[in-house]
Amino acid sequence: MTGSATTAIAGTRTQRPGIWKRNQRALAPWLFLAPGIAMFALYVIYPIVASMWLSFYDWDGLGAKTWLGLENYVELFDDDAFYTSLYNNIIWLVLYMLAVPAGLFVALFLNQTVTGIRIYKSLFFFPFVISQVVVGLIFSWFYAPNFGLFYNLIEWLTGTGVAVLADDRYVTYGIIAAGLWPQIAYCMILYLTGLNNVAPDQIEAARLDGAKGWKMLWHIILPQLRPATFIAVVVTVIGALRSFDLVSIMTDGGPYGSSRVLSFYMFEQALSEYGFRMGYGAAIAVILFAIMMVFISGFIWKMVRDERGL
Amino acid sequence: MFPKPIEHAAPSTQILYKVALPIALILWLLPLLGVAMTSLKPSSDLAAGNYFGLPSYIAFSNYADVFTNSPIAKYILNSFKVTIPTVIGAVAISCLSGFALAVYRFRMNLLIFFLFVAGNFVPFQILMVPVRDLTVSTGLYNTITGLALFHIAFQSGFCTLFMRNFIKGLPFELIESARVEGVSEFRIFWYIVLPLMRPAIAALSVLVFTFIWNDYFWATVLTTSAETQPVTAGLYSLNGQWIAQWQLVSAGSIIAAMPPVLMFFLMQKHFIAGLTLGATKG
Repeated sequence: MTGSATTAIAGTRTQRPGIWKRNQRALAPWLFLAPGIAMFALYVIYPIVASMWLSFYDWDGLGAKTWLGLENYVELFDDDAFYTSLYNNIIWLVLYMLAVPAGLFVALFLNQTVTGIRIYKSLFFFPFVISQVVVGLIFSWFYAPNFGLFYNLIEWLTGTGVAVLADDRYVTYGIIAAGLWPQIAYCMILYLTGLNNVAPDQIEAARLDGAKGWKMLWHIILPQLRPATFIAVVVTVIGALRSFDLVSIMTDGGPYGSSRVLSFYMFEQALSEYGFRMGYGAAIAVILFAIMMVFISGFIWKMVRDERGL
Repeated sequence: MFPKPIEHAAPSTQILYKVALPIALILWLLPLLGVAMTSLKPSSDLAAGNYFGLPSYIAFSNYADVFTNSPIAKYILNSFKVTIPTVIGAVAISCLSGFALAVYRFRMNLLIFFLFVAGNFVPFQILMVPVRDLTVSTGLYNTITGLALFHIAFQSGFCTLFMRNFIKGLPFELIESARVEGVSEFRIFWYIVLPLMRPAIAALSVLVFTFIWNDYFWATVLTTSAETQPVTAGLYSLNGQWIAQWQLVSAGSIIAAMPPVLMFFLMQKHFIAGLTLGATKG
């Protein structure tokens, strides 16, 4: 390595460099990494392993743990609430993806240079900055029966209002709509930055060739927006699978558990008034983790490929 | 530029666009505007069925009510007490680990890097029971320290990804030439790289501030009392007490949302730079 050669030259001033001087380059990264690795191992890596291990036990959080083997998982297979949550997670995942094209659409709408456009862009981005708790409360008010804006709008259009959050047919969709609001804003800002960096000469060249509108978007613009699209898809998938705050704030899983998602059901089993079933909760968490790992591995695989290409 | 600049379009299209902009914005922010309006209505308006009209008078008293009749001031203070140490801790740790992963070539480099990246994406629920246990057994359950420590650890994943990619973009020759001069690795970090990281530190601080301020899940898992709960969890319990008093719920929501909103508007450039890092190549 050329590195050690330069250290050696630098070391000639002091006749015999000490162990630290000689191995500085090899030791330094580990010293720099130590606090980060220690914290991350303690609070992230170890808990993942511990949860997996716990999912084979029956545990109320206080007393002794009883080994159950795969029983928690067997129970899951017969648990209707689990299937409801899983099904809702799939709906979340599919509908949440709408945030990506919707964000692109809003970004295209706002990518102009008229006066005051910067303020418009920040105000459109606004919902993302607000906590999901507040978003949840805002939409609860929006949907509220009798006086909610949405309720009245539907009543005005169809004659009868719909209490979205109290109706098991609509409740999940109502919560997802609330979640899409900040998520679209997030995707929009990613695409606005992406659009800012699209090579102008390519657009001009394509215009000279007669490309415009959809053709231009599809063949010239979207390929250049690929990094933005990648990040938008990643954050949207993760956001959909992490959905917890809105469910907890808006319905607490109700009515009759119909708006539960896996993350919420896990919390309910492990920590709510229904009893502390830590092992069963851990088993649900492991399933959710496994679903997420499919996506995470995909993302990491792509990132590794990009990294090697550098 | 795509789409085509509107100035090149027909005058009628331009006018249409300029009319469409504010209408679209109002529709987009309609739920928020409704809540802001409700927060300024006296309760008599709501009782009389005035849900959508303008308030009969501007009732700032709702805000005063929220502050005097609920522990929201305490909740806000708790939020700051959790958020500020987390920002400092996570940014400091990730400056170190980001530097290590960006500058040194060693065998485990990529593996460690992707461990940080992957850890950042895992569902919170897989961490929940052991982290709660760990916090209980160290006596930090229901304390601000316990919550902040977890946040520092978890955020260091995202922050390391961010810092590492930022430092990778710095000119490596600076470090090389310092090494030739015999400058020690720590001095290189402290005197050469750290000053160049200022924009990344600013961007990351704003982002982490917002993330942590808005956290709700860990606040519910690791804290239980008004003495320690941050404002997101506090708002949830207040919502339970204020059933059907929407003027108070709305005022409380607006108060809770204020600090990150102010942060965003004051530090907008950094915020967006942080959020969109990686959305463009190069």
